[in-house]
Amino acid sequence: MTVTTDTAWAPEPEPVPAATTLTPADVADAARLVSFGLQAKLLPARDAEYGELIRRYRDDPPFARLADAVATGMGLVVLEVSPRAGMAVAAAEDSVFAVRMGDYSRRAASESTDRFLHGLAHLAVAALAFPRPEDLADDGYLGRVTVNGVDAFVRQACRRLEERAEAEGANTDPASDAPGLEAAWRVWARRSATGATKDARRLSGSTIGIVSKAVSFLVDSGFLQKTSDDAGGTYRTTARYQLQVRDLAGSAAMGELLDLGVVPVTDGTATLLPADHSEELVADAGLPFHAL
Amino acid sequence: MTAIADQPTRPAPGPAADEGLARRLKALACTAPLHDLDSRKVNLAGEYSSYTMAEIGLAAIDLVTLNMDFDTGADRDIVLGRLQPRIAAQNPERATAEHVRVARWVLESLINVGSVDRGFRAVYGTFGPDGAYTRRDYDFKLIEEVPGPDGGVYLRTTDEAVNVLVGALDTDVTSAQIAAEVKLEVLIRRGRLADAQLAAEQARYRTVQYAETLRRALEATRRNVRAVDWMETVPDLIDEALDHIADRYRHENAILTNIRKARDESLDPEHKRRAAELVDIVKDCIRRHTQLQTRLLEAGPLFRAEQDRQAFATPTAGSGIDLYGQLLAPLLALPVADATRPTDAFFARGTGLRTPVSVRVADLVELLLTPPVEREHLGAELPEPDLVATPDDSRFSEAQLEAALDLLDLPSDAPRRLSGLLADARRQDPDLPYLVALLAVHAASPPVGTAYRQGEERLLFAVDDGARLDDPEFGGADLIVGSALLDAVGMAADRKEAS
Repeated sequence: MTVTTDTAWAPEPEPVPAATTLTPADVADAARLVSFGLQAKLLPARDAEYGELIRRYRDDPPFARLADAVATGMGLVVLEVSPRAGMAVAAAEDSVFAVRMGDYSRRAASESTDRFLHGLAHLAVAALAFPRPEDLADDGYLGRVTVNGVDAFVRQACRRLEERAEAEGANTDPASDAPGLEAAWRVWARRSATGATKDARRLSGSTIGIVSKAVSFLVDSGFLQKTSDDAGGTYRTTARYQLQVRDLAGSAAMGELLDLGVVPVTDGTATLLPADHSEELVADAGLPFHAL
Repeated sequence: MTAIADQPTRPAPGPAADEGLARRLKALACTAPLHDLDSRKVNLAGEYSSYTMAEIGLAAIDLVTLNMDFDTGADRDIVLGRLQPRIAAQNPERATAEHVRVARWVLESLINVGSVDRGFRAVYGTFGPDGAYTRRDYDFKLIEEVPGPDGGVYLRTTDEAVNVLVGALDTDVTSAQIAAEVKLEVLIRRGRLADAQLAAEQARYRTVQYAETLRRALEATRRNVRAVDWMETVPDLIDEALDHIADRYRHENAILTNIRKARDESLDPEHKRRAAELVDIVKDCIRRHTQLQTRLLEAGPLFRAEQDRQAFATPTAGSGIDLYGQLLAPLLALPVADATRPTDAFFARGTGLRTPVSVRVADLVELLLTPPVEREHLGAELPEPDLVATPDDSRFSEAQLEAALDLLDLPSDAPRRLSGLLADARRQDPDLPYLVALLAVHAASPPVGTAYRQGEERLLFAVDDGARLDDPEFGGADLIVGSALLDAVGMAADRKEAS
C-alpha cells in the first residue's frame, strides 16, 4: 500500500481572528484581576472594576487563560473565579505569598507543642465550621463558629480519647525523655483554656488565646467575618474559606495522614453522630457530640 | 538463702503493685504545690514567715470548690475577698494591702501562673511489661481558669484537687438532685438552716445543669440535626426536665412557705438572716425553672424548623471531606510528633495568603535614620475650653422654690385647700402662687412608683373633690393638697424580696 500525500487535503491553517489577539492592555487587565484577587476581603459586588473583570474572565476564555497564567507565574493557585468569591487565589507552597509558621507565631517556630497547637486550632475551626461533609460540598453553606465553641469542641474530643485510654487501662503519661511520643490530645487537654492576665487581655498561650489568634488571622485572610462578640467572638465563613479548605487544605492534611499509615474509613456521611443511644449527653462538654 | 540471690533485678512484685505505687505517687504529687507555698515564701520580698501559706492554699481550694457552679466557675474576686478574713486573722497587725498581696500570691501559685500550661508536672517511674524502667511525666492542675459566659475568666478546681484535697463529690444529675431535696426538707424541719442553704444552692446547680444540657443540645441541632439524638435522648431529656419542673414548682413553693415562716417566726437574728438568704435562693430556683420551661417549649419547633432546613434540603452532588471524622479525630490519637505533620500541612494551605511588604532602600535608609519620636507622657495639650455663661432664664428663683416647698410641707394629718395655700403664697411674694399652683397640679398625679423605688418617706398628693377654685388669677378645681406618709422600711423589704 502506498500512502499518498495530497497537500490539497491538508487542513488550512486557521486564520487567527484579530479580535482575540491579546494586547499589553489585556495583560495589564489580567494582572489587575489577579491583584484584586490578592485583596482577599474585597468582593466583586463592592467594586465595579473588579466585577467587570470577573465577568470578562468568565466570558472571554483567552483572557481567562491569560489571568491564570499571570497568577501561576506569581506562585498562586486559582481556586475559583466567580461573582460570589471573586478571584479566589491561594498561595502555592514556595510562593512569596505563603504564610510561614515562624511569621505567624514566634513561639510556634521554636516550640514543637505550640506549633502543633496552632495548626490544630486552624483545623478545628474548619472542622466546626463545616461539621458535615456535605457542608463542605454545598456552595451555599455558611458555617458559624465561636472561639469558645472551638475550644470546647476540641476538649470534648480529647476527653473522649482520654476516656477510651482509661477504659483500655493504658498509661497515657508520656515518657520524660520522649516528649514527641505524647499523645496529641494530651497536649491540648493539658494547656489551660484561658487565663487572667495583668492587662485584661486574653492569655495568648492558652487554647482559647490560640483559637482566637487563628480566627482573627482568618478574618484578615478574608475567610471569616465577625458577627458578634458572643462566646469569645462569633464568626461566619466566606465562600473563599470553603474553597480553600475543600480544595487545598483538607486534602493536603489527608495526604499527610495517609502517609503516616492512618486510613480513616467512613461511608461519606457525617461522623458527628450519637455513638450509643443509651449514652447520656455530657453536660460539661461544649457540644453534645458523641462520635468516636 | 540462694533464693534471695536468684530474685530478679526487678524489685516490684508485679505490675498491679507498680500501678498502685504510681497512683499514690500521683496523689502525693497533688499536695506538693501546697507544701511548696511554705517553702517558697522566703523568696518573697518582705517578711512573710508568719503566714501559714499551706493553710491559706487549702482554704483557697475549698473556697473555689464551694463557689463554683456547674457551668462557669468561681469568681476570682469573690474568692480573694473571702480569703481575706483568714489571712488577716493570721497576722492582724499587718496592713490590708499585704493581706491582699498574700491572697493573690497563693492563688496565682496554685494556678502556677508562670508556666505555659498553667499547671504542675511531677515525674514518676514505672516498670514496663519487659522490666524496663521508664520515667513518666504526670501533668496536673489544682485550680484552672475557664471562660465564663460573659467573657470573663473564672476559677474551677480540677478533679485532682477535689479528689485529693477536698474529698469526692457526687455529680450524677438526677440522684444528686433528689438527694439534695430530701436533705433540704429534713434540714428545714430540724431548723438546720446553715446546712439547708448549702443543699439549696446545690439544688440550684442541678437546675442550671438541666438548662445548660438542653441549650447545648439545641445549639448542636442548629449545626447538625443528626448530631443530636432526637429519637430518644432529647425527648427523654425534655420529658425528664418537664417532670422535674412540675415537681420542683410544688416542692419549692412548699419550701418557700416553710422558710418564710421560719424567717418570720425565728427569734435568733442569725437564723432570720439565713432563712432570708434561703428565700432568695429558692426564688432564684423558681426563676430558673421558668426559664427552663420557656426553653423546653421552644425545643420542638426549633427541631422541626432545623430538620426542614437541613434534612429536606436538596442533597448536593459532590461530597466533601469529613473534617472531624477523617482528619481531626484520628489525628488527636497520634503521637504529637506525627500529628504535627498533618496540622502543618493544613496550616500551610488553610490560612490564606499574605501580601509581603516590600521596602525600597531609599525609604529604609530614611526610616532607620529617623530618630524615634519621643512619646509624650501626658499626650497633647488640651485646648482651654472657651466657656460662655448661659443666661439664667428660670421663671422662678431657688429661694422661691424653697418658699413654695415650705408652704407645701404639710403635716400628714392636715391637708389644705389650694385656695388657702395660694392666699398664703400671695402674701409672701406675688409670683409665688404660680409656682404653688404648678406644684399642686403636678401632685394631682403623684409619681408613686418612683417614690417607691427610691424609698422616699413622704409624697405630696392633690385630690379634686369637685369644689371650684375661686381665685383672681387661677381657675379650675380647688384641690385638696396633703402629704402621704410612705412605709419606707416595708417597701425596702418588699423590694428585696421581689428582686
